Amino acid sequence: MNDILLEIKGLKAGIEGKEILKGVDLTIRKGEIHAIMGPNGAGKSTLSAVLAGRENFTVTEGSVTFLGQDLLKMSPEERSWAGIFLSFQYPVEIPGVSITNFMKTAVNAHRKAKGLEELKAGEYLKLMREKMAFVQMKPEFSKREVNVGFSGGEKKRNEIFQMAMLDPVLSILDETDSGLDVDALRIVANGVNALHTPEKSVIVITHYQRLLDYIVPDVVHVLKDGRIVKTAGRELVAQIEADGYDSI
Amino acid sequence: MEIRSGENCSYVAICSGNGCKVVSVRDGRICPEEEQVPDSVRLGRDARFDIVYIVLPGASCGISLRVDLDGEGAEANVSGIYLCNGQDEVRINMDVSHNVPHCNSRQLFKGLAAGASKADFYGKITVAQDAQKTEAYQENHSILLSDAARVDTKPQLEIYADDVKCSHGATVGRLNEEEQFYMRSRGIPEDEAKVLQQLSFLSPVLEHIADEAVRNEAESMVESAVRNI
Repeated sequence: MNDILLEIKGLKAGIEGKEILKGVDLTIRKGEIHAIMGPNGAGKSTLSAVLAGRENFTVTEGSVTFLGQDLLKMSPEERSWAGIFLSFQYPVEIPGVSITNFMKTAVNAHRKAKGLEELKAGEYLKLMREKMAFVQMKPEFSKREVNVGFSGGEKKRNEIFQMAMLDPVLSILDETDSGLDVDALRIVANGVNALHTPEKSVIVITHYQRLLDYIVPDVVHVLKDGRIVKTAGRELVAQIEADGYDSI
Repeated sequence: MEIRSGENCSYVAICSGNGCKVVSVRDGRICPEEEQVPDSVRLGRDARFDIVYIVLPGASCGISLRVDLDGEGAEANVSGIYLCNGQDEVRINMDVSHNVPHCNSRQLFKGLAAGASKADFYGKITVAQDAQKTEAYQENHSILLSDAARVDTKPQLEIYADDVKCSHGATVGRLNEEEQFYMRSRGIPEDEAKVLQQLSFLSPVLEHIADEAVRNEAESMVESAVRNI
């Protein structure tokens, strides 16, 4: 039975000649929530950047297959159309571009890739309002410039709003908990949980246990020095919290 | 050209390969008879002058304007967009003189240079010795879209009065790749991401066009030029 969504085999990647991922193997099946934990500098953010197609990282070995396609051959926008979504650790500010304009362009690019007509203005606005309410973003944010002057919590809520708009198959949450207070953390986690279905998967990349109290993983991996050194069930989270990464 | 006491006059000048075409508005009325782009303007007391230049790709041209603020309370807003491509050479030369106290002037020029084009901006603000309480600002920002394109910017302030607010700023940069990656990761194609960046960069200039119909026309002209640059 082929329920494999993402398959990473022997992935080595780095930046400016420095190898950061030293052979990562990871298989994610439909419906699963995976946590990737690890100390700073382990390669967690490199892994998410490589999966999203950031061009300044070079893949030197290995393969990544997403829904049967060679992911590494796809541009960042093609990956998005195929159903991958990266929630950024540091969402980027785009001065002069409103959230409405930004997301309308994105949603219509997705529709075009699927051979669908563009959404009518009214249909788009209805969808946007619904998804903003879902992450408790005030309607006036639609006119704001993307992430400009947003607090940490507002930026992360905006990420989950975009995730809700684009309806991805595989969401990668890169340190989504960093810089969040407990209320914002709960809103973000509730959003992620509500979007989850048996057809979709999530990778939660995090340093701490905190977010995993709200988004409960099926599988937990520990990434250390560019390799996955341990894979276990959710009980591993408590062990790490108690004994630290050095114990692994 | 002279703008007399209390009058106000605004222009939009659109420059293409066929030269510069002008849409002008005087005291709220469109004046179709005005066809020349002014190269020298004197403002009387409480007079106001607004001009927005739009230089489209293919218009190799020189734009030169001298503004004299001769009456107290006069105000001049001079702004422009230049979109240069291919072998275009665009020269902009602005010379704003504050000759009496209590006048305001603002200059905002933004442009894109692609291909092997060249844009030169020379902007001068002179504040005479007795022109106290002057407010004069000048900004020039450019984005280079290719390695062969070139932008030179020379802001100049000559201030002889001591109770004034004056500033100038100039930058030459490239499109931000972090923004592009963020947009692409949301499924916005690379070309479209760049168009969004360029239009958002240019839009503060277009906001200076007060007449909505003229502004909409200018916006769509700029958008189609940016898409084809």
